[in-house]
Formats: sequence, C-alpha cells, structure tokens
Amino acid sequence: MADAVLADTAASPGRPSGWRGIAADWSSDQRAFKNVSWGKAMMWIFLLSDTFIFSCFLLSYMTVRISTTVPWPNPSEVFALTIGGTTIPLILIAIMTFILISSSGTMAMAVNFGYRHDRVKSAVLMLVTAAFGATFVGMQGFEWTKLIMEGVRPWGNPWGAEQFGSSFFMITGFHGTHVTIGVIFLIIVSRKVLRGDFDREARGFFTSRKGRYENVEIMGLYWHFVDLVWVFIFALFYLW
Amino acid sequence: MTHDLVHDLAHGLPDGLPDDLPPSTAQAVAHSEGQQHPIKLYLVVWGWLFILSTCSYLVDYFGIHGHLRWSLILLFMILKAGLIVAVFMHMAWERLALMYAILLPPGLVLVFVGIMMFESDYTHLTRILFFGAEN
Repeated sequence: MADAVLADTAASPGRPSGWRGIAADWSSDQRAFKNVSWGKAMMWIFLLSDTFIFSCFLLSYMTVRISTTVPWPNPSEVFALTIGGTTIPLILIAIMTFILISSSGTMAMAVNFGYRHDRVKSAVLMLVTAAFGATFVGMQGFEWTKLIMEGVRPWGNPWGAEQFGSSFFMITGFHGTHVTIGVIFLIIVSRKVLRGDFDREARGFFTSRKGRYENVEIMGLYWHFVDLVWVFIFALFYLW
Repeated sequence: MTHDLVHDLAHGLPDGLPDDLPPSTAQAVAHSEGQQHPIKLYLVVWGWLFILSTCSYLVDYFGIHGHLRWSLILLFMILKAGLIVAVFMHMAWERLALMYAILLPPGLVLVFVGIMMFESDYTHLTRILFFGAEN
C-alpha cells in the first residue's frame, strides 16, 4: 500500500528543471526527492553524514600535521616496499588503490545487470566486488602488521612526529571497517539476487519492504562511497 | 568540468539516449526502468579512473615537490571523485533537488578547513615561540 502511494508521486515528465525545479520540488507539503525512493534518499543522507565523519578525521590530521614542530615522516618512504631487491615507493598503496577502483567498476556493472534482471551476472559481479574488497582489507592488514613491527604506535614512531601513528590508525582503521561492512553486505545482497528475491518482491528481513533491484543500486551507492573516501585518503594522507 | 565530460561521454555513445530529447524527457526515460546506461560508459569511466590514479602515483614516483605536487594531487583527486559521484553513483542523472541537497553541505567543510588552517598555523607559531625559547 505504502509502496503504491510513493510510486504515484514520482516525477512526471512535465516537471520544471533547473533552479525553478529545485523551488518546485522543495516547496509546499510534498516529497522533495521526486523520482528517488525512500531507501535511496536515506542512503544518500547517511553517506552525507559519513562524509562529515571522514572530513573531521582528515581535518584533525591536517591540524596536527600543520601545528607540529617535529618533521612529519615521509609517507613515500614509510610505505615503500622492497620487491626483488628494488625499493619501490608507495607501491602497496598504489595496488590497493587500483583494487578498490576495480571493485567500484564491477559494482557499477552489477547494478546495471540487476536492472536488466540478469540475476547470475549481477550476483557474480557483486561477489567479485566483495572479493576485491576482502583483498583490500587483507592488504591493509599486511600494511598495519608491517608498520606495527617497525614500531609505529598511536603515540609514537621511529621517524618523526608522534601524531603520524594516531592519524594513520584512526583514518585507515575507520575506512577499513567501512570496507569490511561493505563486503558483508555485498555477500548478503548477492545471495538475495541469486535467490530471485527481487524478482519475487520478497520482503526484507529488517524493513519488511518489498525487495526491488533498486536495492542493488543502494548497495552500490555505499560501495562507491567507500571508494570515494579512499580517493581522498590516498591523496591527502599518502601522497601529500 | 567533470560534468561536461560526463555529458559528452553519455551522448557520444551509440546506444545512449538521443540528443534531441529535451532534458526533462531524457531524465524521465532514464528513470522509468531505473538507471539504465550502456556498460561501455562504466568501462570508459573505469579506464579514466585507472589513468588518473596512475598519474597521481607517478607524481610521487618521480618525486615532484612543492606547489606543483600539491596542485596535481588535488586536481587528480577532484577529477576522480567527480567521476565516481557523477557516473558510478548516477548523480549526473538525478534531479537538481537531490544534487544540491547532497553536494552543497560537504562544500561547507571547506569553511571548516579554512578555520582549522588558521588555528593550526597559530598553534605552530606559539609552539615555536615558547618551546623554541627553552632550547
């Protein structure tokens, strides 16, 4: 019943666009987001709040890095790996970046095949995405282990400013947690797709709303956000 | 800039929407079956993300320093973020009401960045003045 009412208020082709459209969509007692469902709008708003959390982490990192009088450790050297006798700067982080970007690519295609009701392709692409994500977390575990063995702690490290360790563990730890949660939900959603829950409009275990292939897109929004955050961490923490 | 690129990508593709449709109709078509775009669009964006990531890695690899390094890093970061949000998250095809509701608030973080840069410069100065005097 509620689903039907919401569907009726979706945008009709005659709605104005541009600034006039913003005023028309937001004014009076009506749904502001015309052709965006409840679930998708809520995911966007959650991601907005998550943006502020990561912004605060990166801001606090910026603040301690500017205000310290001790030299900041050089990330290019700290995260270098020696492979076959040659030391390559930042190579592990670069590989992690490519893995996460690839996972975003497979996720985008999983959403596309979902809307085409191609269950197998959509589910397989989501599982590939989850595998990329798990690989990423694994490499992060390796990186953490390596740094801890070298003596990096939240309260100090062998190379310079003490705040390096606390910033590093907090920012990458929070991001890694997001990736891990994403992997778990990717497996849950891909199972639902494979089982045909979204073709049968089976009701979800938590919200009891009818399942639709839009759920795959909402899952995708979260996953792309995780990749998006990494873009900022890679640029501001590892490359700066 | 990114939006124009996305626009070109979407319209240059063989089985994309026809160019002569008015924007509102094009949006309605895109939404009637839930975001439907050719797979090629995603592959092209994927390729660009790889190229941009390689570029930002090469900035570090070749040891570029100073203002050139920072501006290149920020440029590649913003281009990558724009591609992900616009195409992968389908923001380019949403109505402006959602676009502005989601994209404007993070812009305000820049004000916070400005405040904290001012504040941390001041902290740095006081640390040099008072800790430096003891040595």
